Amino acid sequence: MKNLPLTALLLSSALSATVGADTIKIASVSPLSGSQAGLGEMIKLGAQLAIEEASPWFKEKGITLAFSPQDDQASPDVGVATARRIVNDKEILGVIGHLNSGVAIPASEVYREYQLAMVSPANTNPQITERRYPNVNRICGRDDVQGPVGAEFAVNELGAKRIFVVHDKTTYGQGVAEAFRTRALALGAEVVGYDGTEELSNFSSLILRMRVMKPDVVYFGGIYDRGGVLLKQMRERGITATYIGPDAMDSSEFVKIAQDAVVGAYYTTVAGPADQFPAARSFAERFKTRFQKDAESYALYAYDCGNVFVAALKDWMEKNPGKTPTRADVAEAVRAVSIDGITGAIAFDDKGDRVRSDYYIVKFETASYPGKTVKAITQTIEPAP
Amino acid sequence: MDGALLEILPSIILEGLLVGSVYAMIALGYTMVYGVLGLINFAHSEVFMIGAVTGVEVFRYLSPHIENPFTLLVVAIVTAGFVSGATAVTIERLAYRPLRRRGYTNRLVPLITAIGISFFLQDLVRLIEGLWHGEFYMNYPSHAELEHTLVLPLDMTLQVKGLITIVVTLLMLAGLWFLVKRTRLGKAIRAVAQDATTASLMGVNPDSIIARTFFIGGFLGGVAGVLFGVLYTQVNPFCGFIPGIKAFTAAVLGGIGSIPGAMIGGVILGQLETLGGFYLPFFTNGAVGTEYKDVFGFVILVLLLLCRPQGIFGKAQKDKV
Repeated sequence: MKNLPLTALLLSSALSATVGADTIKIASVSPLSGSQAGLGEMIKLGAQLAIEEASPWFKEKGITLAFSPQDDQASPDVGVATARRIVNDKEILGVIGHLNSGVAIPASEVYREYQLAMVSPANTNPQITERRYPNVNRICGRDDVQGPVGAEFAVNELGAKRIFVVHDKTTYGQGVAEAFRTRALALGAEVVGYDGTEELSNFSSLILRMRVMKPDVVYFGGIYDRGGVLLKQMRERGITATYIGPDAMDSSEFVKIAQDAVVGAYYTTVAGPADQFPAARSFAERFKTRFQKDAESYALYAYDCGNVFVAALKDWMEKNPGKTPTRADVAEAVRAVSIDGITGAIAFDDKGDRVRSDYYIVKFETASYPGKTVKAITQTIEPAP
Repeated sequence: MDGALLEILPSIILEGLLVGSVYAMIALGYTMVYGVLGLINFAHSEVFMIGAVTGVEVFRYLSPHIENPFTLLVVAIVTAGFVSGATAVTIERLAYRPLRRRGYTNRLVPLITAIGISFFLQDLVRLIEGLWHGEFYMNYPSHAELEHTLVLPLDMTLQVKGLITIVVTLLMLAGLWFLVKRTRLGKAIRAVAQDATTASLMGVNPDSIIARTFFIGGFLGGVAGVLFGVLYTQVNPFCGFIPGIKAFTAAVLGGIGSIPGAMIGGVILGQLETLGGFYLPFFTNGAVGTEYKDVFGFVILVLLLLCRPQGIFGKAQKDKV
């Protein structure tokens, strides 16, 4: 029994090599239902556009390049079950996803067993690449840089002295909040509160504590669904501290939830808004024509993930004409990819991190999405060892 | 610092009163059904959620037609009350009455159907809202008049919508009290609660009285749903679960089956939670965070129930021989 994964692995690679499949599928996995579907849908649509645009090239070679969108419901259990279903579909040679680091970490263990390449548009937790799996890559930045970028902005540019940090107890939220707190303390600010909460609706105790502690900045490590409600209730109860959040506030849903309270709020993001990238304008137009929706940041990143796979597949097929790659071949080709994406140059280091990632600080000046980019930072901060 | 901790106490109690009022109104639904049927209607948290969602839809569709937010709120409250009441009656007809007719005296059977109905309703609302608006989170729109902040003595602030919550809760309680104690329907409800068989011999139709009890409980749940949504701004198809569990706890704390008990239980639980959430981090130097507010509330509950298992207003029941 112990050899089962190994046997399955040999079997799967043997199959995909010999079948000479006419169909290659690229899957996207992100929450398509439930509370975080706003971000998850952007990942799906961005990836879908990339695959659809590339498919004519593959058709000429007699290969159908298909797209297979999957829903992980932002839940680790569902994510792992979905990953198992994906590895059992022999035609899937690549995965774009997930949204949540807490889902991606266990799911990528499954992909690794089958050497299935994963390129993530959104997983910022350091653990994703620190495991040094050859098949796991991401094109977004890391929380151990994103958190400090936010902290430096808060302390150095906003002059924050008293900071209240709240997180949502997820792998992602807590990770980025801790990185923020560590850097803020190192820069000499006082962290007057540090709290995790799974609360969804009633933040009154927390807000009363803010009233006593009088912070000048409130940092929320978590996703817009809670961050928006917290911000709205803070403003209703007269807390005027500047609100800063990480990249999961980067959604039009955040504005819908917080409404007018969103004005003046900042977020750091690893996915720059479309106005930052000259190449993104025509993408945004094609996206709108295809889906009748405005592309949000993660759509750009998912689109680039899709193009990473397209480039990897093309490279491999040009070197090995007439053959179909195995999953291991694709994983190797993805790691070696070097393309100009709409979010800038994309290449991976030996961990699977992007060689050069950018970070942005965005401010909502009106109650509308997207906010205005106030600062773009090319990675200058080294991740903590 | 210590002075500041004390100065803010009135504000904390006020916040506790707000959330406690919502718990209390939901708890009334649990306690009334328990009083009449001896059944814990776990689907009541979904009746509450349906009220909250109905409220959002009323705000969404009537905002262009009704300018005054207070009128809008009243329309939302009444509509949600009727929709939730109708839902509660439907639940009773479909999930409880058939079982009662077939003579399932075991209370566990309707308990299981209640849990089933609860899951069914959560996903039904999620499906409908998903198809209708493609939304999971539904937001109550901001209205400056409702969010206007009143400055009270002792450094307290209260938004108009908070004041409305407290007033509506008191009105509902008074109305319910009058209904149960002073009307023929109330007398019939009390009669069925005491002994359904004997009541039916006296010309009371227990099925009809039970249905009306469900309607009243559901109406209160729906009203609580709208107030909860207006207070905390966001609702979703799963938002009934936590308030539902807390309201059930409040009903047990006050003595299940007792109307003033549900009210007092709700307010006490709201207070414990808010006080615990505020003071725990200060007194433990941050080791125990605000996240433990529910734990704190429930620990106190366990201690109280150890001393007084029947709850504050409950009567100790002897087993029938």
